[in-house]
Amino acid sequence: MKGGYRRSLIARALVAPEELGLLSMLEWDLLVRQGRRANLLAKLAVLLDDQRRLDQVPAAARRHLLAALCIAERQQLAVRWEVECIRLAFSDVPVPVILLKGAAYVMAGLPVSRGRMFADVDVLVPKAKLARAESALTIHGWRGEDMDAYDQHYYRHWMHELPPMRHVRRDTSIDVHHTILPETARIKVNTPALFDGARPLPGWTEVEVLQPIDMLLHSAAHLFHEGELENGLRDLFDLDGLLRDFGREPGFWEHLAPRAQLLGLSRPLFYALRYTSLTLGTPVPAAALQASAEAGRPSGLVLMVMDACYARALQPMHNSCDRFGTWSARLALYIRSHWLRMPLHLLSYHLLRKAFKPAKQLDESGAAVGVPAVKPRGPHAETPDA
Amino acid sequence: MKVSDIPRSELRDLLGRGDLLLQTTPFVTRIRSDVRKLAGEIALMYGDFPVCSPDTFADFHIEVAREAGLRRWINPLARFSFDGRRSFVPLPSAQAFPMLEWGLNWCVAAHAHQYLVIHAAVVERGGRAAILPAPPGSGKSTLCAGLVNRGWRLLSDELALYDLATGLIHGMARPVNLKNASIGVIKAFAPGAIFTEAVPNTAKGTVALMRPPAASVLHVAEPAQPAWVILPKYDAGAEACLTRQEKAQTFMLVAEQSFNYDIHGARGFRAVGDLLDQCESYRFSYSNLVDAVRVFDGLAEEASR
Repeated sequence: MKGGYRRSLIARALVAPEELGLLSMLEWDLLVRQGRRANLLAKLAVLLDDQRRLDQVPAAARRHLLAALCIAERQQLAVRWEVECIRLAFSDVPVPVILLKGAAYVMAGLPVSRGRMFADVDVLVPKAKLARAESALTIHGWRGEDMDAYDQHYYRHWMHELPPMRHVRRDTSIDVHHTILPETARIKVNTPALFDGARPLPGWTEVEVLQPIDMLLHSAAHLFHEGELENGLRDLFDLDGLLRDFGREPGFWEHLAPRAQLLGLSRPLFYALRYTSLTLGTPVPAAALQASAEAGRPSGLVLMVMDACYARALQPMHNSCDRFGTWSARLALYIRSHWLRMPLHLLSYHLLRKAFKPAKQLDESGAAVGVPAVKPRGPHAETPDA
Repeated sequence: MKVSDIPRSELRDLLGRGDLLLQTTPFVTRIRSDVRKLAGEIALMYGDFPVCSPDTFADFHIEVAREAGLRRWINPLARFSFDGRRSFVPLPSAQAFPMLEWGLNWCVAAHAHQYLVIHAAVVERGGRAAILPAPPGSGKSTLCAGLVNRGWRLLSDELALYDLATGLIHGMARPVNLKNASIGVIKAFAPGAIFTEAVPNTAKGTVALMRPPAASVLHVAEPAQPAWVILPKYDAGAEACLTRQEKAQTFMLVAEQSFNYDIHGARGFRAVGDLLDQCESYRFSYSNLVDAVRVFDGLAEEASR
């Protein structure tokens, strides 16, 4: 890994913005494209704005940074409103709701949320209250997305979440989880401990977030069990931002490895610390690295393979970032994610089903991933996205 | 250098390599295509547009590529890609040029948030712009094509770019997209106008594009002061009739016809308000282009007094 990771232009820009002055116009062109594809352009805009470097960006590229910022700001507003709607939906049922990932970062006011792009809102509720949660959301206008009986079964029996729900009027989606990794996964997560550590959002009574250390561990568990790394680099920068932020709190680093062990997330923590520090230069104390390695480091051969795979996959999904082995690395991680998700007999059955099912029509428009409410809208008939 | 200065075979090579950088002011569009007839259509429609050197920053990287597979030989399809990612559904390759135009419209609407992007035609005379926002079928492109063949400057037949900082309107002076009966109407009204071949059976019926007037392309970098927002409506057999419309109603229409109104949030609300503060607001029904041009000329003359 040490020499194996090649920083894309967008990663270089975010890690060392002071070097941007040296870029040619063609490099700016590529930087904007990589940043847009990786959903990191708005984050770069925030960083450059903070450092008062935005004025030094050539006007042609600056316009794209500001446009991305415009979308990100709108998405944050949309997320705040969505959380308010979710709070209302749960206000008369005794179900504690914990916000996860992006929505939690925004509502907790974490620096990592600035300029972050969103797809949907994720929440965590106790498994015993799942039916209550589903009915509360249904009463307030959310509806399960159309899917066949098999997909329903897949979500309800094997996964750690309800089938995604979409609000009929706002067209926003919510993922309701009852734990942070699938029921069938090889790693068993200590879910009660997660709930015990949750904290109310300042100023809110019904909505909670995970404690900082668990936020980090969840982010790690999510990224390093994920099979489709469309936002892999963005998620790696999330980890980087969370570590830099929480790392300043006394006791954070000392408690990290023991907490990971308690939750059953030592392996993802090891990968998180390894790949943020190796690829993005995230400052991780040697003792914390050591502690995470003792509990979570895989065997030497596995680690070599994982290094090679993540060096290729934690990149913008852009032609310019593909190199020898990128395709197979992404495929290997995809298969691994399923392997981790369910035991072999279930996995072979599931993959066979998927293989013989016609692929869903995906939104390939290349638009910035967004809360649906902020997709380009209006006179759709005149654009070819119909 | 302009597109018309490039020999056809070289244009085809540039397209094949993805090195054709078209200056679609205020943007630069980098185009790649292996559809052979596209070079001819680009030369015909964009002849007056400047070409940039391959080391220029491009706002949009787009491609119209032939789909692989057996269909290639029987009933070839072409597909639009934005920055290497395939988008939308593939269409018969005869529709390659209209697809390029629609795709480029999408690029602007989905990314150019330095502007409020309004779905409207814009024409200018005497430094004042008339904005014609309208749902499809209202005849705005026909009216726009008629006006620009009678001395009005074309800014756009589809996308009005309202600069939130300056309050001015930009346009790209790109080809005018005409549909069905409008094609014959404009050919009869302006026999000198240049058209692509009519492409039948598109999602919008038969489509042909009209080459923008050279003078409009020459002055494309000059934004215009918005002066009128006019909602046109083609009404068979009707007299040309211009009536005032409540600004509040126009406000709602402009907001609804903007692609990124909601992305701008409060800023978008203020922008539409500021735009309408600068404008007179009308409804306009017409059936005859000669009469329509007379009414518009009257407006321009009155404003210049």
